[in-house]
Amino acid sequence: MAMTVVEKILARAAGLPSTKAGDVVEPQVHLAMSHENAALVINQFQEIFHGTGRTPTIWDPSRVAIIFDHRVPAESPKTATNQKKIREFVAANGITKFHDIRGDTGGICHQILPEYGYVRPGFVVVGTDSHTTSHGALGAFSFGIGATEMASVWSLGVAVNIEVPETIKVVVHGALPPSVGAKDLILHLIGVLTAQGANYKVLEFHGETIRRMSTSGRLAICNMSVEAGATSGIVPGDEETVRYLREEAGVTEPIVCVAPDPDARYVRTIEIDASVLMPQVACPHMVDNVKPIRDVLGTRVQQIVIGSCTNGRLDDLAVAADILRGKKVAAGTRMLVFPASGRIYAQALERGYVQDFMHAGAVVMNSGCGPCLGVHEGALGDNEVALSTTNRNFKGRMGNPKSEVYLCSPAVAAASAITGVITDPTAN
Amino acid sequence: MGKVLITLGNDISTDDIYPGRFMATVLPTETPQFAFFDRTEFNALLKSRAFPADSIIVGGENFGCGSSREQACSTLKGYDLTVVAKSIARIFLQNSINLGLKVVICPELAASEGDDLEITADAVRNKTTGKSYAQVQMPAARRGIMDAGGLIPYTRNRLMARR
Ligand code: SF4
Repeated sequence: MAMTVVEKILARAAGLPSTKAGDVVEPQVHLAMSHENAALVINQFQEIFHGTGRTPTIWDPSRVAIIFDHRVPAESPKTATNQKKIREFVAANGITKFHDIRGDTGGICHQILPEYGYVRPGFVVVGTDSHTTSHGALGAFSFGIGATEMASVWSLGVAVNIEVPETIKVVVHGALPPSVGAKDLILHLIGVLTAQGANYKVLEFHGETIRRMSTSGRLAICNMSVEAGATSGIVPGDEETVRYLREEAGVTEPIVCVAPDPDARYVRTIEIDASVLMPQVACPHMVDNVKPIRDVLGTRVQQIVIGSCTNGRLDDLAVAADILRGKKVAAGTRMLVFPASGRIYAQALERGYVQDFMHAGAVVMNSGCGPCLGVHEGALGDNEVALSTTNRNFKGRMGNPKSEVYLCSPAVAAASAITGVITDPTAN
Repeated sequence: MGKVLITLGNDISTDDIYPGRFMATVLPTETPQFAFFDRTEFNALLKSRAFPADSIIVGGENFGCGSSREQACSTLKGYDLTVVAKSIARIFLQNSINLGLKVVICPELAASEGDDLEITADAVRNKTTGKSYAQVQMPAARRGIMDAGGLIPYTRNRLMARR
């Protein structure tokens, strides 16, 4: 029977000849990722074993990844104590894919997983973070779950009662214009689909624009698929996937890509002509409130943020540094840069991007989630406006319900930093 | 039977239900204080616990969209609230079932604050207006977990059956 890529992956992981949308399956999990919310996972995990007379045992510690990123370095004694408990648990349970708060091997979970080659095409990946959809960029079926569900995965090694999702096929043609990138593409798509347009479904990406796109861009697209409600986004593994895993992640084992059947069944097909796309901005307070940049030009901005699991990668920083080099961040506007990982930070240093940012007046922070979720650094004042390369702009997302967040690409963020108002990077 | 405490619009996010800045608080018993924290009056009402048992929150489309934080479910479960919404985002729905938070999907529901709703197996009846609305049944895949009383007992049973 003809299958989509996710139907194939789930069939394999569940030991079945085939699956189709709507089937209920129990796939084996190849990688189970958590961040600081491992504190809650541990609590629920121990609860599962409570009263059974058995010692809480993780099914396969080598398949568990824990990355500290949401509040690093800790902002409060409570967080620090949670992190300490997790560290002790990691040591006691032999979890090797652990990334502590470090300048070399630390970073945001959705950058660490690809960077260290933890995700491969055909894998079933679960994570206690909604943006776990990111890892579909490497041809895996990767989705977010809650902490209790993760505790169940740690115990059983399978994801219980998974309904095989329907798939929407997204075909992107044409070359992206200069200064228009993956972020603009996914913002545009979310605007088309709406915030719940892909609820309970998978977005499977095709077309020569996607084939030519780097893994970094694919990560941004799959990352934000969840903002249209998608269970996951996925780019079927291809030459670029193998190149990335070999050259950048240092993977040496065999890599087997999984492709959908040509006659697979999709609930809907969406075609996008990338060549006519202009920079897109998601306006407060919903990610699907997407407008072409011309509708919001001139909006005054007090804080620019470049970073996050969406756009904190080396090519994102390169785009921004190219625009800012030799220029100054406007008075009355502050700019914060958060490289997505320690490795990216080091590369940005080597290439001079960090110096470009600092000379322009930006503050370059340690890698991590930073202001993206509003619990840590970079809070906004009342009535302030942020323009950010992150992925969510819900009311209060950056820590203050009386502020506003616009979402954009690194190019738009950098061009706007110089002027202090939302500015079109393609304009000159 | 329950009284509608509040009616909310579409796309109520987990940031709205449980703001990210309280995510360092993880234990289900400690999360209720932060429910709808930035809706100051509603948060105060919840904390006062001065509302009838079995009270209901009515949501629009895509209730619980956004992050996977389970606190957004435990914070409501702490007040024994039921969520009735036109549609519910995937992770929030799964988390609710896993934790035993009562959620009902009712696409056509019309209800206002203070209305009395009666929830039966397949419908929601608004006793104040006299109208009835069909429920969307929970996916069959979730029944096993619901019947076990949540994912923790479900997984515990599965583990014990293993040997
Ligand atoms: S950068 Fe933001 S969206 Fe990404 S994992 Fe961190 S908090 Fe979540």
